[in-house]
Amino acid sequence: MIGLIAALGAGLVFGVGLGLAGMLQPAKVAGFLDFFGDWDPTLGFVMAGAIAVHATARWFILRRASPAHAAGRVDSPLLIGAAVFGIGWGLGGYCPGPAVVSTASLTTPALAFFGAMLAGMLFLDRLRAIGRSAPPTPRGAEDHGDADG
Amino acid sequence: MVIPSANDILAALGGGALIGLAASAYLWSHGRVAGISGVLASLFAPGDRATRAVPAAFIGGLVLAGLVLRGAAPHVYGDGPGLGTALLAGALVGVGTRLGNGCTSGHGVCGISRGSVRSVVATLVFIATGAATVLALRALGVSP
Repeated sequence: MIGLIAALGAGLVFGVGLGLAGMLQPAKVAGFLDFFGDWDPTLGFVMAGAIAVHATARWFILRRASPAHAAGRVDSPLLIGAAVFGIGWGLGGYCPGPAVVSTASLTTPALAFFGAMLAGMLFLDRLRAIGRSAPPTPRGAEDHGDADG
Repeated sequence: MVIPSANDILAALGGGALIGLAASAYLWSHGRVAGISGVLASLFAPGDRATRAVPAAFIGGLVLAGLVLRGAAPHVYGDGPGLGTALLAGALVGVGTRLGNGCTSGHGVCGISRGSVRSVVATLVFIATGAATVLALRALGVSP
């Protein structure tokens, strides 16, 4: 029970952080991605702040426990997936975290985006499951699995 | 180029720090990576109910944050895209994050924090294609 409360609290703090950071504003995301126009670097500070805190805290935490570690190589699913995700991010202005938080706004675009995102995730995972059960996948090809994030 | 004000920068750094803190709490309490696309997908992965309860609580916390913000600071919400764009963009984000095993949080924050080469590459790629998309929208005369 305490574990579930910790997870709920982590989600709550994460979501408030996204709001404070400006990540719930698609126009701000578009400004950050507008390198060749009126570039707004603000959201770069969000990533910098998050990495500074997490990289430091991680170092202290991991002296105690060792979590899943992705030691995999850069492969084509990673590259294609990241490329497709970036196109969707530039187009809609939401990445998955803000998409989840924004459902609480109960606005049509936010709900539609979330629904389509979930459908896309389940579709891809289903496709992968089918692909995995058909021909034998080479060992190691799926080992990095979900460890990335 | 937009020059952000000191307040904008502080809010961005502070928001980012909260995200980093929350990801650390999740790692410390459950040994899991707080990548939202992965957490969301794990809700539907095969496994018993106990395994799914932790990601469900985390996602519940995110939605709770959305409700709190809606009441306390509704200005943090910006206007979303049009319906057609939202559906297309959402589907691309869903497919892309699962195929690439991570999103802004999983690769951009957690992965880079642990020095993962895969995550550094993924982050550079999704920022590059995001920027190319915004550029293309501008060329087409559509404001993103």
